[in-house]
Amino acid sequence: MNPEKVVFGFFIVLSLTLNFGFFVGEMDNPDHHHVYELFAVVIVNLIATLLKFGDRSQVGAVLLATSLVAMLQLIAATLVWTISVHVTEIGLTPVVISSIVSLSGGAMLANVISVILLIIETVMMRR
Amino acid sequence: MDNIVYLIFRRMRRPLITLTVIYAVSILGLVLIPGQDANGNLWRMDFFHAIYFTSFMATTIGFGEIPFEFSDAQRLWVTISMYAGVIGWLYAIGTILTLVQDKTFQQSIAENRLAKRIRQMREPFYLICGYGETGSELVRGLTDVGQHVVVIEAEEQRSNQIKIDNLRDYVPILQGDARSPMHMRHAGLEHPLCKAVVAVTNSNEANLKIAITSKLLHPDIKVICRADSHDIEDNMASFGTDYIIDPYDSFATSLATAFQVPGLYLMQRWLYSGNRDSKLDDPIYPPIHSHWVICGYGRFGKAVYERLKRENIEIIVIEARPELTGEPHEGIVLGPGTEAKTLLEANIETACGLIAGTDNDVNNLSIVVTAKSLNPDLFTIVRQNYSDNIDIIKAVKADMVMHPSKIIADKIRVLLGTPMLYEFMSLAFYQDNDWACELVSRISGLVGNHVPRIEEVTIDSWHAEAVTNILNSGGQVLLGDLLRDPWDRERNLKCIVLMMETFNDKLLLPDGSVEVSNGDRLLVCTGRVGLTRFYWNLQHENILGYVRTGQVHHHGWLWNLLTRKPKR
Repeated sequence: MNPEKVVFGFFIVLSLTLNFGFFVGEMDNPDHHHVYELFAVVIVNLIATLLKFGDRSQVGAVLLATSLVAMLQLIAATLVWTISVHVTEIGLTPVVISSIVSLSGGAMLANVISVILLIIETVMMRR
Repeated sequence: MDNIVYLIFRRMRRPLITLTVIYAVSILGLVLIPGQDANGNLWRMDFFHAIYFTSFMATTIGFGEIPFEFSDAQRLWVTISMYAGVIGWLYAIGTILTLVQDKTFQQSIAENRLAKRIRQMREPFYLICGYGETGSELVRGLTDVGQHVVVIEAEEQRSNQIKIDNLRDYVPILQGDARSPMHMRHAGLEHPLCKAVVAVTNSNEANLKIAITSKLLHPDIKVICRADSHDIEDNMASFGTDYIIDPYDSFATSLATAFQVPGLYLMQRWLYSGNRDSKLDDPIYPPIHSHWVICGYGRFGKAVYERLKRENIEIIVIEARPELTGEPHEGIVLGPGTEAKTLLEANIETACGLIAGTDNDVNNLSIVVTAKSLNPDLFTIVRQNYSDNIDIIKAVKADMVMHPSKIIADKIRVLLGTPMLYEFMSLAFYQDNDWACELVSRISGLVGNHVPRIEEVTIDSWHAEAVTNILNSGGQVLLGDLLRDPWDRERNLKCIVLMMETFNDKLLLPDGSVEVSNGDRLLVCTGRVGLTRFYWNLQHENILGYVRTGQVHHHGWLWNLLTRKPKR
């Protein structure tokens, strides 16, 4: 067992599960989507992205790409949140929260691909 | 470039993750710890403000406690996270700095830069493997005549040498083992403009590997190798190596030439010496009226011995350790040649020539000095092993100096720069001494005591536009006309055409009545100004018209306008 692989797999799966946790719930209800969860998703995703740095294999490159997509989506979501709450002070209206949730849904899709790739790589590895 | 990016990513992974974690924890702490607003109400920082505050706190910029004054619990947390942030940043920056100073990293940057430069080469170049004695001599010779060179050298010390060597051209040097195909590729082996690979490392095996790599990866490239052993030579030849140069055989052959046809030997010395500033050598006539003494029966001694035996010269060999080198069938004296006793045993007083051919320069000098004191009329040949010793070798005034590296470098330079000259010399070996002496005196009349310039000229629209224009319009051009002086056609240019290569023939010293045709190649030997004027004849239509017919035509637009007859 390689501890490095454990950590790697852990963060990739965790970023998917947290992302899912944030995503579920009614689309336009701010009560179902907590800011702490979004924060956790962003941080875990960031760490997962950093972990994928410097892998020269083809699978490694695609993994990094999916993570970058997820990061892009999540940063867009946090920006929407910050701007609506703090800058324009519209507050979390149903329109705003549903756009945040759909952005995080996109990120989740990227994370799903990430996990699938991880599973494929594991299955392909023969002993 | 890929390499560098990956290296940075790999190294920065850990510090970046550390920083992320530190930030995340301090942000989360700030959000969770309760504070008070200006009115004393319970207030929690939101994520936006927490990120903002952490960003300037961790880098210790410090704008103060924003948006409200902190509670003590918050201050405690900020104190802790401030230190953590600073440590995180130090760690990250420290890693970057270590990376920049890292040897592997710097080498990979240098290699990338070099590979890029080589990829962007727009002129033909030669790839030279090994920057030792021979390599540096060759690189200097080639860059002096304006050729481009790329060098691979494994040893750092020698590859740094190139920066001090003060060469005329910028020479990219790749530090790496030429035996690795990857390094050869980085150095431009597969570049379409790479014209030749020269393997002159000090290891036969490495040279062999380079020859094989080059022939496999770039089959139509010219490969020139140095080899000291006949087995390796055969192996190289089986791979289609174009030229294999053995310094000892080369010298033995030219020594034999000096015995048989001194004129030819002198001519070769003159034509092969590339350095334009050097003076011409004087002719030498090695005597053969009695026996010769060879000191040292190593590779060099053996090659010379074989060659001189074929000339029916009696030889006595002096060798200190015949058990290592083997010994000839007859005529061997045991002992070091540096002692008078051994030399006397070899009858040095009645000998006519001495070859000091050990692999130690000091011993060679000592042999020559001792022998000359015993027999002042001795003809001496000394082998020089290191270029640095040139001054002391010169000081003993030996009649001939044999410097293996220089011999190889000269030969390779000729093969690369003017391959026709090499062909010319191999054809010239079939001529007799009178022919050679006549040519030598013609050349010396041409150039005085300076080294002649040797140039290959192709009759095509690029190098000889005026000539091809006439040929294409059905006219004929005689070689003799091209050699007339454009200032006065009754005079001849200071220029000899040594050889003319037509599509099916090679003419040695063609005479003036030969017709020139498209695609012919000329090997021209000139003095200092001859070449420029020769090119005028080839390129300039008016001048060519004058030297052919003696009539001056005016073709300029303005002149045509002025001399046009007015219309009636």
